[in-house]
Amino acid sequence: MPSVLPLGDPVPADGGFPPSVLQELPTRADKPLGLYVHIPFCSVRCGYCDFNTYTASDLGPGASRQSYPDTLIAELEFAASVLEASGAPARQLSTVFFGGGTPTLLPAEELARILGTVQRLFGFVPGAEITTEANPDTVTEHSAEVLAQAGFTRVSLGMQSAVPSVLATLDRTHNPQNVPAAHDAARAAGLQTSVDLIYGTPGESLQDWRSSLEAAIALQPDHISAYSLIVEDGTAMAAKIRRGELPDIDPDDQADKYLLTDELLQQAGYHWYEVSNFSTARATRSQHNLNYWLDSDWWGAGPGAHSHVAGLRWWNVKHPAAYAQRLHADTSPGHGREILDAEAKVLEHLMLRLRIAEGLDIAEYNGLPARTASGTAAISAADLQNLVREGLIEQEPARPSSSAPEGRAVLTLKGRLLADAVTRRLLG
Amino acid sequence: MLPAITPEGSSADGESPPAASSGGTKVPHDKTCGTFVVVLRVNKSVREQRTFSTVSPKARTPLVPAQTDPGAIRNFCIIAHIDHGKSTLADRMLQLTGVVTPREMKAQYLDRMDIERERGITIKSQAVRMPWEKEDQTFAFHMIDTPGHVDFSYEVSRSLAACEGALLLVDAAQGIEAQTLANLYLAMEHDLAIIPVLNKIDLPAAQPEKYAAELAGLIGCDPDDVLRVSGKTGEGVEALLDRIVEEIPAPVGDVDAPARAMIFDSVYDTYRGVVTYVRVVDGRLGHREKIQMMSTGATHELLEIGVSSPEPEATKGLSVGEVGYLITGVKDVRQSKVGDTVTTAAKPAADLIGGYEEPKPMVFSGLFPIDGSDFPVLREALEKLQLNDAALNFEPETSTALGFGFRVGFLGLLHLEITRERLESEYNLDLISTAPNVIYQVTAEDGSLHTVTNPSEFPEGKINEIREPVVDATIIVPADYIGAVMELCQSRRGTMEGMDYLSEDRVEIRYKMPLAEIVFDFFDQLKSRTKGYASLNWQAAGDQAADLVKVDILLQGDKVDAFSAITHRDHAYAYGVRMASKLKELIPRQQFEVPIQAAIGSRIIARENIRAIRKDVLSKCYGGDISRKRKLLEKQKEGKKRMKMVGTVEVPQEAFIAALSSDEGNGKEKAKK
Repeated sequence: MPSVLPLGDPVPADGGFPPSVLQELPTRADKPLGLYVHIPFCSVRCGYCDFNTYTASDLGPGASRQSYPDTLIAELEFAASVLEASGAPARQLSTVFFGGGTPTLLPAEELARILGTVQRLFGFVPGAEITTEANPDTVTEHSAEVLAQAGFTRVSLGMQSAVPSVLATLDRTHNPQNVPAAHDAARAAGLQTSVDLIYGTPGESLQDWRSSLEAAIALQPDHISAYSLIVEDGTAMAAKIRRGELPDIDPDDQADKYLLTDELLQQAGYHWYEVSNFSTARATRSQHNLNYWLDSDWWGAGPGAHSHVAGLRWWNVKHPAAYAQRLHADTSPGHGREILDAEAKVLEHLMLRLRIAEGLDIAEYNGLPARTASGTAAISAADLQNLVREGLIEQEPARPSSSAPEGRAVLTLKGRLLADAVTRRLLG
Repeated sequence: MLPAITPEGSSADGESPPAASSGGTKVPHDKTCGTFVVVLRVNKSVREQRTFSTVSPKARTPLVPAQTDPGAIRNFCIIAHIDHGKSTLADRMLQLTGVVTPREMKAQYLDRMDIERERGITIKSQAVRMPWEKEDQTFAFHMIDTPGHVDFSYEVSRSLAACEGALLLVDAAQGIEAQTLANLYLAMEHDLAIIPVLNKIDLPAAQPEKYAAELAGLIGCDPDDVLRVSGKTGEGVEALLDRIVEEIPAPVGDVDAPARAMIFDSVYDTYRGVVTYVRVVDGRLGHREKIQMMSTGATHELLEIGVSSPEPEATKGLSVGEVGYLITGVKDVRQSKVGDTVTTAAKPAADLIGGYEEPKPMVFSGLFPIDGSDFPVLREALEKLQLNDAALNFEPETSTALGFGFRVGFLGLLHLEITRERLESEYNLDLISTAPNVIYQVTAEDGSLHTVTNPSEFPEGKINEIREPVVDATIIVPADYIGAVMELCQSRRGTMEGMDYLSEDRVEIRYKMPLAEIVFDFFDQLKSRTKGYASLNWQAAGDQAADLVKVDILLQGDKVDAFSAITHRDHAYAYGVRMASKLKELIPRQQFEVPIQAAIGSRIIARENIRAIRKDVLSKCYGGDISRKRKLLEKQKEGKKRMKMVGTVEVPQEAFIAALSSDEGNGKEKAKK
């Protein structure tokens, strides 16, 4: 999650939902409920990273690596009580995702203990997807076994690159040779696997990127995420670029690498299901992440974590010590929140649906009450034809349940690279 | 009223030399050297007390307006460069003649001057009546202020025409500047008696010997005749007042002839309407008389007639040789034009004084509101400015790129800059101004004549002849920079007309140059190539045929009118290349490739390509990214509203501003905003 928090309204001390959410929540019983758990520790701060993470092992009372799990558990209990107080029918969790930071800097036993509490408080739907991110150096046969035993179903390895010079530029300290071992350990424990890659790092050649893709493919993970490097203001890397110590990011180079990514992954049997995500099959897609794009509900626990429930977005205070302090005082760790108005809802629907391979169901979009309420223009057949003619979208048949002739707008390969432009065009 | 607030302080002229000057009342030292200033102020107030508590006004019984014998009148102006101490000297004269007490001077006049300085350049010229006594005879002085800037040369000439003499005031540490020289020549053409005065002789850096020799050489007098004064300490000012009596002739006119008074200034005042300043040449104007403007025949009732001393004082009238003001209740300075002759309706005069010229705009620029809905505000603002600026004229203009605006004619670059600054600060408008251009007379092949004030009026097809305005430019520089100045003038199609040494190390260089070459960044270039030492003056000098072409800029094949320019054929390629590469930097990449072309007619002379954008997507969009991402898209959507569509190309408003204003000599700060 990015370290810069949006501006919003204050969150009440009891974390209670506003009336609009209380009204809508009972209608969302069929929507999956997810849980994101943030672990704000890393052994090294990467130069490109602007996530809310800290290298010190002790960040104050309730925020040391030892005490943090209990603080987190306090928020989980708080969450359970807020959801219960809403009066809406209780939902079990469909997905859980431990991210960071580096969750595996906590002992696997601690992650297992936290997950145990989650299960006790919320319960899991059958087949729930439970993922943790992991640094390749920290996954052993033993830890993988402990995680699997505790109920984790999936590990996402932060591989980033197979090329030592690129890893060095990214300040990644893991030994690339540990990646296969970590991957095999996870596999051996029966966990689904995903690897994360980053392309477009300053100094990375097209050949470097090809090597990284090939190395990732060679592991035969179930899932590969490939992100273009974003240099955020305020990071060490941004400063180096500004001082001319590193070349700047080249969007054309990143476009070339995206095309190569799609080509090699397709050949290897990985299919895109979101702009930056590829999987071997529908079943190996990240359900947790899909829920972000499908307007589902999730609670984000941990400092700086973002949540979304029924049109309410909120985010926690950033610093682990401040976070712990709030929870010890039995108040919401929420820092700010926003109630999405009709216009925001429409824009989010459009921009998020366009990112995924299911695409944007035109009839559904045009029928959104929020669209009419916000005065946003409907998407016309002519709009779609123009985008098709420009090679940005394909019109695919809507699901059998939909009789609308417009079907779904699905981004083409070129369109995926220009998803934001397509969003703006359709927004009118 | 204070005489010294003129447009000469603005930057287009801005001939402040790099060496620090001290005019006594100026405060620039404040910022750099606080302690020094405190000391200086203490000294100044001590000196003021000493000087003005012991010297009493010389004339206890001033002469009465309308009843003054022309023989006792002296009309003069002060020709000086900005910062050469004209206001300080004028202040001393007001004090010495007793029309303003030291207390009033401090509490009222200096303060008021500061406020008017802050407000900008609104007061162009004024006249003040002062009594003076010499050898038991009482005189009435009229001190007439002159605008210092070349843009207002016609108004300068009218002010000079109202006088019989001029004080040529020069900083004893800096010597004469080009504009002062130009105004001196103008004064000499009007046969004015010239009293050469070196000011600021109290300065340690003063070189009175050197500059007295320079002035003596220029006006043909003896260096010993050059007066040496200090407006700051008051030294030599009494002697100067006596010299005015001795050397400046009294006005001559026919008291019994039909009244004729020349308008040398006309100012709009919110409370009193137009205040018209006149010099009576013949006859007499009386209170409540019906007056007639001779150029138009329009008649007005005289609501008030009076003199400034320095506050306006109503009088029974004004008689031969006198200078004062008229108020008729008209609301628009165009009904009371500088240069026009006022007579009485009852007994009108036959001939105008010295002819009359309509103000003639020399430089044109399109002014467009950035927010299209501000168009009516801009119209209203221009109309209001016109009440006090007879030289300002404008016509609606439509640009496909910039929308609705006005083509505005100005006397010169300073006039343009002042006007735009006032529109922006007083009317809160955000404006784009197109690159300034001059008027061309274009004869097409079929013999039809076109007056082109805007590149879009340039006729299509074959051209027989194009004529462009030329000017006589005078540049004064230290001799070390002769080469640099010549190089610059040559590159701007200048023809050298002559060169004179004013002193051992200062040179006056004269060039004939196309006005179009001056309205761009000429003055900035001149300053930077001479380390700030050069001063420039120019005056219109007819026109000449020239090999000019219109360069169009095309975006994806569509002509963008705002970027078209008329340039010399030899410079067309450079303009095309510069504009194309600038636009390439300024216009964001689009979903398709956008060729930028510069063309003369159908011939492409330069080309750049904006490559199609290939990546416009945030690669990570998870739970914590959604709000931020949505807000970014909302912002982009807002930004899209500020895009101008040129064909299918989205061009940000900022690109127009930056392309039109950077290194074009105008609006540099604008581009930075």
